[in-house]
Amino acid sequence: MAQAKDSFIEIESAVVRFAGDSGDGMQTVGERFTDSSAFAGNDIATLPDFPAEIRAPAGTLAGVSGFQVQFGSREILTPGDAPDALVAMNPAALKSNLPDLPAGGMLVVNTAAFKKMNLAKADYETNPLEDEDLRKKYHLVEIDFTNMTKEALAESPLKPTDKARCKNFFALGFMYYVYGRPLDTTLKFFQDKWGKRLPDLAEANTLALKAGFNLGDTMESARNRYQIAKAPVDAGVYRKISGNEALVYGLVAASKQAKLELLYAGYPITPASPILEGLSALKHFGVKTIQAEDEIAAMGMALGASFTGKLSVCATSGPGMCLKSEFIGLASITELPLIICNIQRGGPSTGLPTKNEQSDLLQSMFSRNGDSPIPIIAAHSSSDCFDCAIEAARIAITYKTPVILLSDLYIANGAEPWLIPNVSDLPDLEVPFADPNEDYVVYKRDPSTLARDQAIPGQIGLEHRIGGLEKNEEGGVSYDPNNHEEMTRLRGDKVNAIADSLPPSKVFGDVEGGDLLVLGWGGTYGAITSAVRNLRTEGFPVSSLHLRNLNPFPHDLCNILSKFKKVLIPELNMGQLSLLIRSKYLIDVVSYSKVQGQPFKVAELSNKILETIR
Amino acid sequence: MKTAVTGEENALNKKDFVAPNDVRWCPGCGDYAILNAIQRTFPELGVPKEKFVVVSGIGCSSRFPYYMNTYGFHTIHGRAPTVATGVKVANPELSVWMVTGDGDGLSIGGNHLLHLIRRNPDVNVLLFNNRIYGLTKGQYSPTSEVGKKTKSTPVGSVDYPVNPLLFALGSESTFVARTSDTDMKHMVETFKAAHAHKGTSFIEIFQNCVIYNNKTWEPVTGRESKSEQSLFLEEGKPLVFGAERNKGIRVNGFDPEVVTLSENGVSESDLLVHNSKTSNPAYPTLLSQLNYPTFPTPFGVFRQLEGRQTYESAVDQQVAASKSKQGEGDLQALLTGSDSWVVE
Repeated sequence: MAQAKDSFIEIESAVVRFAGDSGDGMQTVGERFTDSSAFAGNDIATLPDFPAEIRAPAGTLAGVSGFQVQFGSREILTPGDAPDALVAMNPAALKSNLPDLPAGGMLVVNTAAFKKMNLAKADYETNPLEDEDLRKKYHLVEIDFTNMTKEALAESPLKPTDKARCKNFFALGFMYYVYGRPLDTTLKFFQDKWGKRLPDLAEANTLALKAGFNLGDTMESARNRYQIAKAPVDAGVYRKISGNEALVYGLVAASKQAKLELLYAGYPITPASPILEGLSALKHFGVKTIQAEDEIAAMGMALGASFTGKLSVCATSGPGMCLKSEFIGLASITELPLIICNIQRGGPSTGLPTKNEQSDLLQSMFSRNGDSPIPIIAAHSSSDCFDCAIEAARIAITYKTPVILLSDLYIANGAEPWLIPNVSDLPDLEVPFADPNEDYVVYKRDPSTLARDQAIPGQIGLEHRIGGLEKNEEGGVSYDPNNHEEMTRLRGDKVNAIADSLPPSKVFGDVEGGDLLVLGWGGTYGAITSAVRNLRTEGFPVSSLHLRNLNPFPHDLCNILSKFKKVLIPELNMGQLSLLIRSKYLIDVVSYSKVQGQPFKVAELSNKILETIR
Repeated sequence: MKTAVTGEENALNKKDFVAPNDVRWCPGCGDYAILNAIQRTFPELGVPKEKFVVVSGIGCSSRFPYYMNTYGFHTIHGRAPTVATGVKVANPELSVWMVTGDGDGLSIGGNHLLHLIRRNPDVNVLLFNNRIYGLTKGQYSPTSEVGKKTKSTPVGSVDYPVNPLLFALGSESTFVARTSDTDMKHMVETFKAAHAHKGTSFIEIFQNCVIYNNKTWEPVTGRESKSEQSLFLEEGKPLVFGAERNKGIRVNGFDPEVVTLSENGVSESDLLVHNSKTSNPAYPTLLSQLNYPTFPTPFGVFRQLEGRQTYESAVDQQVAASKSKQGEGDLQALLTGSDSWVVE
């Protein structure tokens, strides 16, 4: 029996990547590993990475699906630059992921999949496992997951093919052993998911998971085991949450806080569909959802609901935003509250539907005809999507305007622990509609917010007409040139007035200024903050600021930027925020671009920062 | 304090629905008659004034909401069905009227119209068909005849036109009707029937564009031709037309034919009898294809199917069912979920 092998090596954090065929259940095991780690008290961040095709031909490079998780005893802000351990379920997964594994990394392979046909599909001429260099370079662990799973399930009534499909949990069990993860959350998952419906499957996966764990315990070759202490986080109740989940919850919370029914209209599109699906399951919160015939229709339905006084929401991705543009212009001129979420992905056009990018900022700013400024906010992490949904609702309702909320594929699909807020601490978002006891003037404005008075159909005496034609203050169609200029100016001033309601910006680092400010927005928060934190620890005079409000910018931004000798703006686009900052503040910022469908690595950001301050 | 004005206690009249704005259609435009008919219809529906919402797209006809003293939304080209759906689903108590044209509804907005009709929200659709683009000054429309010469088709259109009623029937519309801007009484009757119907009501209105396609319907609805070229549908009555009321429509195999009563032994009992409630789409489809000049053009309610649930009530029902099954949503419980953990 094993005994000495149980000595753990204490480490601060680790990155594990599961990779296999898209039918191998890699996302599922990645999620379970994450749950277990979160439950164990580690901080976590995840990066699912899957192909656009649901089932690309099995075993091919096009069909490789991966899931990376970083977990640690310190604050974890990114899924990690490179894996410490790679689980490769077939040759294709090995081929496409091996370049990311640093020398000395742990490489766990399913030997059963390394047969002639699979090797050919992955363009291997010879079996890479027979390559001596591979053994020298990596800590290779060869396990026949397929057959060992079948053996473990010898007594199971499942069909042989179904038994073989349990091998992902066998592999997961083995990795649980290596990293000392508890099995409880996963066993509970089996029961919750299949316990009642397919008890044989729940039992088989339970056996596979335990067999994998026990294999680690009994394997002849001595194995290192790693231990990661609990992360020191604020006390409270936590859960794991993805960006899209957080957005769904934030929207429901906003509707409760505003005392407005939520109407969501959407059209299926990657990576925004989970929002439509998530809200559709929450009808008991009074949520109405419509799957529209197209992106345009979704926007029209939401706008119609806004007109009747509901909290209306659409979510889509870049191509859908293109289609919604004309309607966003109508929402702008009619000054109706509306939340439009853009879960960005690689563009242009269909682009990289399952890869990450933050390249729709300028689209958000300028995609409409005419002068039609729209408030824009961007979520910086998965859990921040919750707060951003509430903030978007606040701006939309208070200022009677469409609001664009930018998220991206990386934070939408990625997950992190979330300190669950107390509902009683959420802000009150209620804003009264027009008073039926007063004479109604359609474009009468609140002097502080410049928001117009909104009257909703069904109320006696407030009948009025709105539409895409320019109006005067009374709501009549007007072609008067001075009126048009005045209304255009007012719509712009109103959006700018939102800045009056923003809290002071928080600089991480030298609040009084210094050599370099790294200015970011959106999902790059984790990578930027990690890089700056590490460099500050090493004594470099670098700071960072992450913008939530991209239109209007916070009032104090100009002053903050002027306090730094240099401003570096890393973006997963060709320099969109850089363009806005340069044009608005006439500051010659340094733009750092990456458009590879992948997030920034901390290391590449650190290098760029060092290069910039030198 | 403003008081409720309803059809019963304080009788509404036409003037209550006249908006203060000047009406800016061309003098002689058929839209005036339709506006008049709607303003006459609304006070008679028993609906409080503040419950009416008129939604439109873009085009001459879509200026309609500005002239109605109700809640109104002049939206964007072709998209009125989507906004109307949003309004109705968000607040089913509102009486929603959608105004569109042949270009707005059947060209740029054809897709939305299809989906509005199949979803069947209780929205009344008025499609003004003048077979031309008026607001953009005279290009051919999707209902223009083949060979039609317009500014964009100087040697004639090669597009085969869409038949609006056939389109609506193809979308399985539960209420399909046709009326004409030349017939005030018939318009009001048709609008009332549309209002009474629970579900999407689709009404094609033959409308005259006095500037760019003047007298396009004259051969059918003109004073001279009306009695011979128009067929007024009456529930339960045989399809009879003609100045002498001596012609009718008979079916021979699958094909309709015009017959003269008392000739060759033809009597009323040989004629098709109008039944707008039959669920078989063959009959209204046949009616919708009776076209000038071979056949008289039918006016009235082609199809009126009861029983299909409206979209908004189905949505409401699911919300109510979810609440009764799961209880009113508890936000704190939702946020906490089932896999939370405590850090001390």
